Amino acid sequence: MKVRVDADRCQGHTLCNIAAPSMFRLRDEDGHAYVDAPEVRPELEAAVRDAGATCPERAIQIEE
Amino acid sequence: MSVDRLVVVGASLAGLRAVEAARRAGFTGSVTLIGDEPHLPYDRPPLSKAVLEPDTAVDAPTFRSLDTLHREMRVDLRLGERAAGLDPRRGVVCVDGTEVGYDALVIATGSVPRMLPGADHLDGVHALRTIDDARAIRAALDGGARTVLVGAGFIGAEVASAARKRALPVTIVEALEVPLLHAVGAEMGAALAELHRRNGVDLHCGVQVLGVEGEQHVERVRLSDGTAVDADLVVVGIGSTPATGWLDGSGVTVEAGVVCDETLASSTPGIYAAGDVVQWHNPAFGEPMRLEHWTSAAEQGAIAAANAVALAPAKTYATVPYFWSDWYGHRIQFVGLAAADEVSVAAGSLDPERFIALYRRGDRLIGALALNCPAQIMKYRALIAKNASWSDALEFAQARPLAATQSH
Repeated sequence: MKVRVDADRCQGHTLCNIAAPSMFRLRDEDGHAYVDAPEVRPELEAAVRDAGATCPERAIQIEE
Repeated sequence: MSVDRLVVVGASLAGLRAVEAARRAGFTGSVTLIGDEPHLPYDRPPLSKAVLEPDTAVDAPTFRSLDTLHREMRVDLRLGERAAGLDPRRGVVCVDGTEVGYDALVIATGSVPRMLPGADHLDGVHALRTIDDARAIRAALDGGARTVLVGAGFIGAEVASAARKRALPVTIVEALEVPLLHAVGAEMGAALAELHRRNGVDLHCGVQVLGVEGEQHVERVRLSDGTAVDADLVVVGIGSTPATGWLDGSGVTVEAGVVCDETLASSTPGIYAAGDVVQWHNPAFGEPMRLEHWTSAAEQGAIAAANAVALAPAKTYATVPYFWSDWYGHRIQFVGLAAADEVSVAAGSLDPERFIALYRRGDRLIGALALNCPAQIMKYRALIAKNASWSDALEFAQARPLAATQSH
């Protein structure tokens, strides 16, 4: 699985960081999310899917 | 008894998340999604934000394509069909003269906006709930409408923002003394009201609409303070009531929403509820509540359906409520509950328009309001979830002063 945050859609609700904190980092200034690297370890896949579902802006793009 | 047929009534966010969750849980039986709007499930927050933005194309913010729903998720869609009744003894939903049988049911019929009595004979008077409402409002704004908002809630405020972006004359009429009394409390409601005034909106509080006047189209709004405001567009945002009328006679317990326990199970076996329509017992606060928030609709839809198809032990739904609203380029966010013994601005201030306000109930942090502090607000949500004490919360806030120069 690969994941990225669409920076144009992200509004900084930070809900993804709650669902999968080790995957989704937050910028200090505005709480917008980003990932360090797109590859998702198998044990984090469920949390990343939850993060995708929890984002009100549909900013989380998951490639299964 | 195994569940072979899941029926979800209500095809907006909660209903969509319900059918997604059923398939994700491994449910292989039939899934039927019934919705009274003729549209594929779509997102509501953009209706008062992106859809009203000047100089952009207006697309319905659809969640999933017909192809995905129908072929990939094998959902039987019945759109543009309104559920008229429910008979739990025979396990059927009555829809448009037909009966749809179920083994498990998720009620996700949402809420219905309150309208102004006596206003439906005139064009140009709208609630804002559907994409059709949003398109009509958008057209009026693009046409340069003198805009009156009835109700200084989030609908009123966001449409006011859209109107002011076009430099249109805007009046907000609020019956209570202060906007957002129930959402954020009186003190913070008064503080946020300043944002309207600073952005050129004429805000009247403690004033009611006596009537709307005009030939076929609205021309003016008459107010209880004896004045009248000329208007081409009137948007009514005075709250909404849960859509439970269709459950009359079904035996399902309804009281300001479908009454459910912490697993979102209703009083009737096999029937669950989610979203704006449900009043459920929230273990995070030990009390029943009904939320009209995006995050809880999505989460409740998923949990209600997973519990309904019963392929795994039932999960409870506990949440610290969260909502957000965008006014004149400002981001307002609230977590927790606003019914509090005390509110204190713990960091920042209204000038320069960045602050965190904390809400105390007894000795506990019960809520937090952020204006333009998006990176901070979720930390308070976590504190509330952990039952943080008031003194711990204040200490936490004081350790994190807001830098005045950070942009929002």
